[in-house]
Order: sequence, then structure tokens, then C-alpha cells
Amino acid sequence: MKEGVQVKEGLRVKEPLRVKEQLHVKELLRRNAVPALFLCMCVLGVLISGQNIRYIAQELISRLARNWFLVLSLIIPVTAGLGLNFAIVLGAMAGQVGLIVATHCKLPGLVGLITAVVLSIPIAILLGISAGHVLNKARGREMITSMMLGFFANGLYLLVFLFMVGTVFPIDNPEIVLDTGVGLRGTIELKYCKYALDNLLRIKVLGINIPVGSFAVVIALCFGMRWLYKTKLGQELRAVGQDMGVASVAGINVDRTRVIAMVLSTVLAAIGQVIFLQNMGTINTFNSHQQIGTVAIASLLVGGASVTSATVGQGLIGTLLFQLLFIVSPAAGQRLMGNAQIGEFFRVFIGYGIIAVALLIHSWGRKSSLESASRQAMMKEEAKTTGSM
Amino acid sequence: MDDNWVLQVKDVSKAYGDNPVLNKVNLSLKRGEIHALVGENGAGKSTLMNILFGMPVIHETGGFTGEVWLKGRKSEIKSPKDAMDAGIGMVHQEFMLLPGFSVAENVKLNREPTKPNWFSKVAGPKFETINLHKMGYDTRQALDRIEIGVDEWLPLMGMPVGHRQFIEIAREIDKTDLSLIVLDEPTAVLTETESSRLLSALNKLAGSGIGVLFISHRLDEVFEIADTITVLRDGEVICTVPKHEARVENIAEMMVGRKISNSKATQPGRTTGNGNILEIRNLSVDMPGEYVNGVDLNVRKGEILGIGGLAGHGKLGIANGLMGLCHSAGTVMCDSQEIPLNDSRAALDAGLVFLSEDRRGVGLLLDESIEDNIALASVVSRNKFVKKVGPLPISVEDGKSIREHAREMISLLDIKCTGPQQSVRRLSGGNQQKVCVAKAITMEPEVLLVSEPTRGIDVGAKERVLSVIKRLNAEKGITVVMTSSELAELRSMCDRIAIMYNGKIHGILSPDAPDAEFGFCMAGGGGVPGD
Repeated sequence: MKEGVQVKEGLRVKEPLRVKEQLHVKELLRRNAVPALFLCMCVLGVLISGQNIRYIAQELISRLARNWFLVLSLIIPVTAGLGLNFAIVLGAMAGQVGLIVATHCKLPGLVGLITAVVLSIPIAILLGISAGHVLNKARGREMITSMMLGFFANGLYLLVFLFMVGTVFPIDNPEIVLDTGVGLRGTIELKYCKYALDNLLRIKVLGINIPVGSFAVVIALCFGMRWLYKTKLGQELRAVGQDMGVASVAGINVDRTRVIAMVLSTVLAAIGQVIFLQNMGTINTFNSHQQIGTVAIASLLVGGASVTSATVGQGLIGTLLFQLLFIVSPAAGQRLMGNAQIGEFFRVFIGYGIIAVALLIHSWGRKSSLESASRQAMMKEEAKTTGSM
Repeated sequence: MDDNWVLQVKDVSKAYGDNPVLNKVNLSLKRGEIHALVGENGAGKSTLMNILFGMPVIHETGGFTGEVWLKGRKSEIKSPKDAMDAGIGMVHQEFMLLPGFSVAENVKLNREPTKPNWFSKVAGPKFETINLHKMGYDTRQALDRIEIGVDEWLPLMGMPVGHRQFIEIAREIDKTDLSLIVLDEPTAVLTETESSRLLSALNKLAGSGIGVLFISHRLDEVFEIADTITVLRDGEVICTVPKHEARVENIAEMMVGRKISNSKATQPGRTTGNGNILEIRNLSVDMPGEYVNGVDLNVRKGEILGIGGLAGHGKLGIANGLMGLCHSAGTVMCDSQEIPLNDSRAALDAGLVFLSEDRRGVGLLLDESIEDNIALASVVSRNKFVKKVGPLPISVEDGKSIREHAREMISLLDIKCTGPQQSVRRLSGGNQQKVCVAKAITMEPEVLLVSEPTRGIDVGAKERVLSVIKRLNAEKGITVVMTSSELAELRSMCDRIAIMYNGKIHGILSPDAPDAEFGFCMAGGGGVPGD
């Protein structure tokens, strides 16, 4: 098998192929325009806010520890051509169910956390399978459908935890149930497994607390994802993401592959939500899951991802920039306008704005087929590099 | 049953709704035989291929009647996977390749060699790691078998169409138990050199015992390599003859079912206007593979100017450069007004309209309807088909007039379709080209740039497209600049033919110049100085 490399030097075609591109600084900037723009905004924000760097760093570290995993759970559906998975809300609900049960059973620390994860996984798998099947029926409109699925599932979630707890499920636990005995409390304190993962191993560097446990899980996920894309399944996910027609002619079961992508994403989101909440220390029973969809998606997009392509690196960097903006914008707003709320508005505007822009670009791009677009981009780049004759 | 038959199609019929497309088709193919299937657009060739390959479109529309036998046994092909398992390889007319994957990944798609790992032993073979090394090695072998030297790890994106065709074939021959390979119009997008390389590769494949079913419009190719020729017309087999008994004229006649009139050259002494409508000075175009390097050319008002030359010498670059699709430099005057280069809108505003050689990529919006394809460009750049909304200063598309116009065009060009709302993707190559022509006509061009107008379309559509272009020129006085690899076509259409060599105009010949002179000029010898 060693000849593999040597045979590369076969016959050469008449015109040498010119797809191997050179990366100039300009080109790099053009490709990473979005993260670059946000980096500038972050730097400005940090300067204007005048906050203590150590404070910012500490905030950032803990926000990264709780958000990275969730953001990374979005990547698989993007590579499988399902677009931005707003339905990770479903996974988050599954994670919360696990945590609520663990809290109810008063399971302490890591045991509680692991129980929560173990409980949430089958729920997430079920939700993922059903979401996958629905999205297979709604080809080409996956994103809006997944968003609607999130709202729909939220209705069920409310029904179960606001009405059925205490009536259908006899749960008598004043720590989590409302005084009336029916429905969960709006906020549930995670007394028993708060910081379970973060405290697994904490080190202090320059006075900054670093939750090594949580970061280790994220790193494991990164390597796991990298490995996934080296397997047969990963190859199928990528093939389906590029062109369902071609993949199906090659004999790949497209529907099944898409369902698998949704299941993986939902399960990862469930775990991500458990990690997120153990760091927060309280569950906002009826709100926590709702926000994560848009925040995670905005983070991924800030990293330079698009509806059709996303990498782990983009997820990591995007979260970093987005959360940094989160931290500094209220203070920056206070300094600039004398009102912290202005900074807050700005941040929300950015968060939703970037999603809107990504969706717009996507729907424009769909008009021209992928191939011709890429070919023309190629030609244009070619023209730019060889340019002036 | 004789084991020598690789494929036997017995009494296969198929209808889409009430519309019969195949009627009791019989076809047999021996081991190592090259069997050519010829027929016009809509003769049912593609449907037959879809049946052989178990494409979902067949089973979603009620299946077919009749039997397909493979290697002497009756077989049920319900899906592409079944077909592949049965040893059928298919090279599709539309490339079934993933642009974001490398050559090797495409060749090995869903057949990746894998290595088990600890996780896959628990979780199943889907989690086996891909053996990149073996993947590259196998791909290299397949590519070498058809003698193409492209690097197996290059991404497919941006590769010339010719290469893609070879990669499709490499993918098929890489399948170990391949016994039959079906090629749907494989040379439609290839240049002449590439075609001849492909044909010799096919000969080799047949020599190794694989049956080859070859669908083509180009009769010269068919006669070059086929052992047997089957003519399909309106869903029926008209005849099956061994090559040595067949004659080109007979076959062509059977294909269209009517006598073909040899298209005559333009009448000599035809008067074209005197002034130049286009004056091109020192034009350079950076089109990969078709570089133009300092072209000076005058186009006279009302003429049909041909641009010919061998592949890679820049003939395609001129039109793409004029239209701003490829980066270009130089000066171009249209009616003594300079047109800014690299600005498609300016070119359109100056009255230039382009019928691209890449009709699927540049020419058409494949998922839009016929009527929208015809009208959209005119709505945008010519302000046609719009109406005012009451007194408001906004205007909207006028659906009714678009529909009417599309109907007119469909009957004028004889576009075979279910109606103006059908999506263009489902049309055959010839009919897609007709839609492109309709779109160009609708734009009311001053100068029509036509590139490879008959590439990959059948005899009937070819004649129709060319005659419409000729009529536009004669009746409306539209100047035509036509680029084509087929010299015969240029000679039948043009008043003058410019031959490109090495990115420059090497000479401008009259259409009745002897063959030898054209050949000499294309090869870069002698040449007649341009005007």
C-alpha cells in the first residue's frame, strides 16, 4: 500500500489544474470577515467599557465553559445539510428533565450530574428521531421547521411541568413544586449538583478560576467530532450535506443519515444544557431552554460559519467573541450613552441580526446552484490573483 | 439462457401518467460489446437508463412493465443500490459528483475502504475509520486505467467538466464486480481530444469483458466505437443493426423519422451592413483553460461571425470576457461607445446578450419554471413584462404577459414540455438549450454572443436552434458572434470565421475556404491576416 503516495505522479494533464489556492493576508481577511469584524467590536468594547481585565477574563472563562458544548452541538446538522438546528431547544429540554429528576431525588454532585445525563439521553434520542423524521418531510425548509418544532415542544413541556406535575405525576417536593402542589416552580435551585463538573478540578491561574473539568469535556468533544468525520458515518454525513441526490444515487440512505445527524445534535445539546445549568446553579424552569437556541446559533455564526458550512474552530472562536461582547457591552453602553440598557439592546440586536443576515444570504445563494456559484467564485479569485495583465 | 448476455431488456414499457414513453423495448448486450443507443430528445433513452439503474423516479411513478435480465437471470432492480450490487455502473449526464469532495472521495463515495476500531466493534461498521491510504491508492489505479493524470486529492470544485466526466468513469470502473457500464452522453461536454481519449478508454474496458451501453448524439463517435447500434424513436426500438451493416445517413434518418436537409451555407454575396458594431482592441481574458491574450477583432453590423479553434486556445474566452463573466482587460467599443469591461450589467445595457456554453450553470435557473427562465432576465435588465401598480411609483412583474410570451416561445422553438410552468431541470438538454435561446431572443439583443449552441443536444434540436439563430439574424438584423468547436456548424452558419490560436486571432477565413486551410490555421500555421 505504500505505493499510494508514489503513484501520485501519474500522467499530467495538458493544462495544470489551478485549484490549489494561495492564501494571502487579504484573502484570509475576506474569508474571515465576520469574526474579524466582531473581534474589532470586542476590542473596542473592552477599551470603552474600561472594565478590569481580570474580571473580564474570569467572566469569559466561566461563560466559555458553559456555552462551548452547546454551540458545538450545532455543527453536525450543518455539515449534514440540515442548516442551523433551532431544534437543539428539544435537546435542552431533555437535559433539563434529567436535571429536575436528579434534583428531585436529591442526588449529590457528580452522581446527580451523571444521572441527569443518563436520563436525558434516551429522551433526547427520541426527540431527535422524531425531529429528524419531521425535517425529512420538510426538505428545503429545515430551519424554520426546526424553529417551529422548538415552539411546539415548548408547549408540551409547559403542559407536563406546569400542569401534570402534581396531578398526573404525584410529586410532592416543596423544593421544586409550587406551593399549590401543582406545577414546578419558575426557578429551581440546583442545590445538589451545582458546579459538580466545574469543581471536579479547578485551578487558579493569575487569580482566575479555571474549571478544568468542563473544559476537559469540551476538548473530548472536539476530538470526538474530529474522529467522527474520519469515519464512514462522518463521510456519509458530509456527502448528504453536499448533495442529497448524489448521495442517494451512491446508495447512501439519505433520510436515515439526516435522522442520525439530528439525534447526535439533540443528544449533544442535552448534555450541553446539563453542563450549562450546573454552572448557572439554577434552572429557569420555563425559560432556560428557550434562549439557548438563538444564543448558540448566533455564536456559531459570529465565528464565521454559515448555513451550509461550520467547523469546530468556528464554533469555539464564535462563542468566545460573542460572549466577550456580552460581557463588555452593558458597561460600554453605560460609558458611551450613560445607559447600560443601550449596550444590552445593541447586543440583542447583534445576536438576532446576525442570524437574520445568515438566513438571508442563504436564501439568496440558493437561487444559483452550488456548483455554478463556486465555479464563478473560483474564476473571480483566479482573476484577482493573476489579475492585471 | 446464454451466459454471454450481460443485459437483456425484454418488452419493457413505461408510461408517465397517460403519457407513454417506452413501448415494448427490447435490447440485448453481450460481454465485451459496445452497444450504442441513439435517438432524439424524448425518444425514451433516459427513461430506459433510469429503469436500468432503479432510479426512484421510475418507482414513484408506478414502475414499469416488462423484464430486465442480467447475466442470464431475471432481476428486480428497485433502487440504485440494487443496480450497483448487480454490477451495473452508470455515468450520468448530469454529473453525480460532490464538488466539495476530493477526487478520491468522490470515486469511493459510499464504498470507502475502512478499518475497524474499538468503537466500531461495539457500535457497528458505520463507525469504522476510513482508510485514506487505500482510498487514494485504489483511485489512482482507476484513474490510471483510463489514463487521466489528475491528482486524486484535489478537490473537485473548479475542475473542468472534461475531468469530471473521467472521474465519473473512474468511479464506475473502480467497482470490483462491474459487468455493465452505462454512459449517458459521455462526450457531450468533452473537447475533441478528450472525447477520443474517452473512446479509447471505453474500447479498453470492453476489451476486459465489460459490456458498454453508450448513449450518444454524435453519430461519428457511435460509428467509431460501437459494435451494435440500436435506434430508439418515440419510445420504440426502430432497429438494431451491427455496425458494419449500418450507414450514417440511414441511422440519422431513422432517428428523426424524416429526411434531414443538409443545412446550406449562407447565400454568397449576402449584404451585411458596413459599419462595425463591435470593435475589440487588445482584449485579454483570464478564463481558466481558455485564456485570451490580446485579441483585435471587428464585428460588422448584421453579420454572423464565427469563432473557431481547438480547445484551450481561447475561443470560449472572448464571449465570457465581453460579458464580464471572466476578468478581462482591453477596450471594447459597441456602436462607437466604449463598454466598461468586467461589468455584466454594462454589457447587457449595451445590447450584448450571451448564450453561454454552460447552460446549466450560467444560462438557466434549473429549479425555476420555463416562463420565469425566459422572462426574468428581461424583467431585470430590459424592463419588459412589468406593469405599474395604480398610481404608485412601483412596478411588478406582469404574470399574464410572461405566460403568453412563454407560450409563444414554446411553440416557436418547439420546446417539448408539459407547459410554461414546468421546471427547467426536468427538460432534456436540447429543450434546455431552446429555453436559453428563448431567453436570449426575449432580451432583444443588438449583438448575440452564442457559445457552443449545439453542444450535447440532438440532431432535431440542433437544427431548430441554428435555424432560429439564422432567422433572428436575417429578419431582425441581429449581429451574431458564434463560438463553436464544430467547424461544420460554423461553416453552415457564418459569413466569416475567425480562428483562434494561442489566445490570439490567427486568421479570418471565409466559410467556403478548403478544409486544409482551416486545419492549417487551427494548428497555428500560416494564417490569413484579419481585417
